[in-house]
Amino acid sequence: MHVHFLDPYRPRNSPIHRLDPRIKLVLTVVFILTNTLIPTAAWPVYILLFALILSVELISDLGVSFVLKRSSLAIPFVLAALPLILTVPGKTLFILPVGSWTIHASYLGLERFISIAIKSWLSMQAAIVLAASTSFPELLVAMRALRVPRLLVSIFGLMWRYLFVLVDEATRLIRARSARSGQSEKPGTKTGGNISWRARVAGGMAGNLFLRAFERSDRIYMAMVSRGYDGEARTLPLPDIRPVYWAILIASLSLLSLLLGFAYLFWG
Amino acid sequence: MLPAPIAMHIPDGFLSVQVTIFLWLITIPVVGYALKRVGVDLGERQVPIMGVLAAAIFAGQMLNFAVAGGTSGHLIGAALATILLGPWAATLVLTCVITIQALIFQDGGLLVLGANIFNMAIVGVTVAYMVFRTVNSLAGERPWSIFIGGFLAAWVSVEVAALGTALELALSGTSPANIAIPAMGGIHALIGIGEGLITVGALAFLRASRRDLLKSSETAPIRGRLVWVVGLVLVILLAVASPLASRHPDGLIWVATQYGFLNSEQSPIIKLIPHYLFPGVQNKTLATILAAMLGTVIVFGVALGVAYSRRRKTSPGDDQQV
Repeated sequence: MHVHFLDPYRPRNSPIHRLDPRIKLVLTVVFILTNTLIPTAAWPVYILLFALILSVELISDLGVSFVLKRSSLAIPFVLAALPLILTVPGKTLFILPVGSWTIHASYLGLERFISIAIKSWLSMQAAIVLAASTSFPELLVAMRALRVPRLLVSIFGLMWRYLFVLVDEATRLIRARSARSGQSEKPGTKTGGNISWRARVAGGMAGNLFLRAFERSDRIYMAMVSRGYDGEARTLPLPDIRPVYWAILIASLSLLSLLLGFAYLFWG
Repeated sequence: MLPAPIAMHIPDGFLSVQVTIFLWLITIPVVGYALKRVGVDLGERQVPIMGVLAAAIFAGQMLNFAVAGGTSGHLIGAALATILLGPWAATLVLTCVITIQALIFQDGGLLVLGANIFNMAIVGVTVAYMVFRTVNSLAGERPWSIFIGGFLAAWVSVEVAALGTALELALSGTSPANIAIPAMGGIHALIGIGEGLITVGALAFLRASRRDLLKSSETAPIRGRLVWVVGLVLVILLAVASPLASRHPDGLIWVATQYGFLNSEQSPIIKLIPHYLFPGVQNKTLATILAAMLGTVIVFGVALGVAYSRRRKTSPGDDQQV
């Protein structure tokens, strides 16, 4: 297995891909912030926000199905908000008898639950578009422009550089374990010792991985020093943002704040 | 595709803005200080060591073992990183892991990144450090102390981080406290056992192969007394607050509204579409259907318009390329 497929970046030649990464990162975060701030049950505003992100997905040439498929990853967490249907007081939607108890489901709770699910889903799509249309080095530039400490950005960069190497290493460890593990065809036959033995094996793999990473970081450091590294992260100055991109930024920000104002006016 | 290790990465939309901002205000200075502190300890080696170890923790989360009935235990790594690297470096490494998970793999939200870093990289690490140090100093220099300490540190870090997550969800009004806290606490009490066992396995391996790595953390003078105290406070706070909040969820809501964490319900300034129905239409069902249809038409109108304008714009370009 080659883990390079892990990288969600999809190179395309679309206006979204060409957009300055700094603008893209800011707009993604502001879009998510807007989502979070929109009051509960402002359905038309949710629809407009969905239209907005859908248009961006279409322009980005990533394929709507790609984004929607990836966004389904967040679904399990929605369970955390599910009990709201039953606990928020309000007009009764239905009554569920469970043994001697009766559970009241309320409209208000259902509204809150659906709102949270939609908001989270919309935010997820924005994050997916950002990750799929921006290469990692561009994201690093954007983070630097947003005043993330330079040292932290360098660590991110180095981590990304070695992420695939170490994921490959972990995959090799897992492959080695399964190559040495027998499995019985007979149903009900236990293989592979008890839980603590299996955990110990997995722990040994983790320790091994850590050790390999530690030794590798030493070698990397030596290689960096021999090429003149002195602990200072030197980077090219950031290029100016083109006027077109400023215009896009201002237009998008005003659109989002307009939507937010609209939502608060009618549903706040 | 990476397996999603745990349900502890909060996605966007689940925390109120007030809780999000509050946790960012804690997270930013702590990570900033950790960055400075590790820079003093490691000097110019900081970038390569922290970067590669963060990548290793990320990859290490792929390692799992079968538990029972198709479920599996995963390594999360907060306690292991804390024991091997010390609290500040572990905070930094986990911050990197969580940031990359959110930014690239959408495992956890971008806006709530501060909360996720707070739960796992700050609370998890601080608490693990406190437990490991305490067990070690109580047990003296006995060889088994790192295993007991490692297991307990791993279990407590997972459990306390989960309780923190549940409390934040409850404070945001996203999940009722009396359900979220026992559920998160219960599930993670089990996940924590897996984490503890795997941490002990890793420590046993490292003790056999590179004892010097463990020695440095075992015999180091208690430099992080502040971290120890904060860890103790966090454990006590969450141990007291969680059962209280789950027994009296109204109390938590009261605290939340008192401190402005919960968006209090306000009445709309103008009611253009009263009760979310279409104005001017008497029949309720009809009005709702009309409102829904209008929304659908808007969405697909915009989508079709964008798609159409794009096709017209790109087709001449495609012809030129061919």
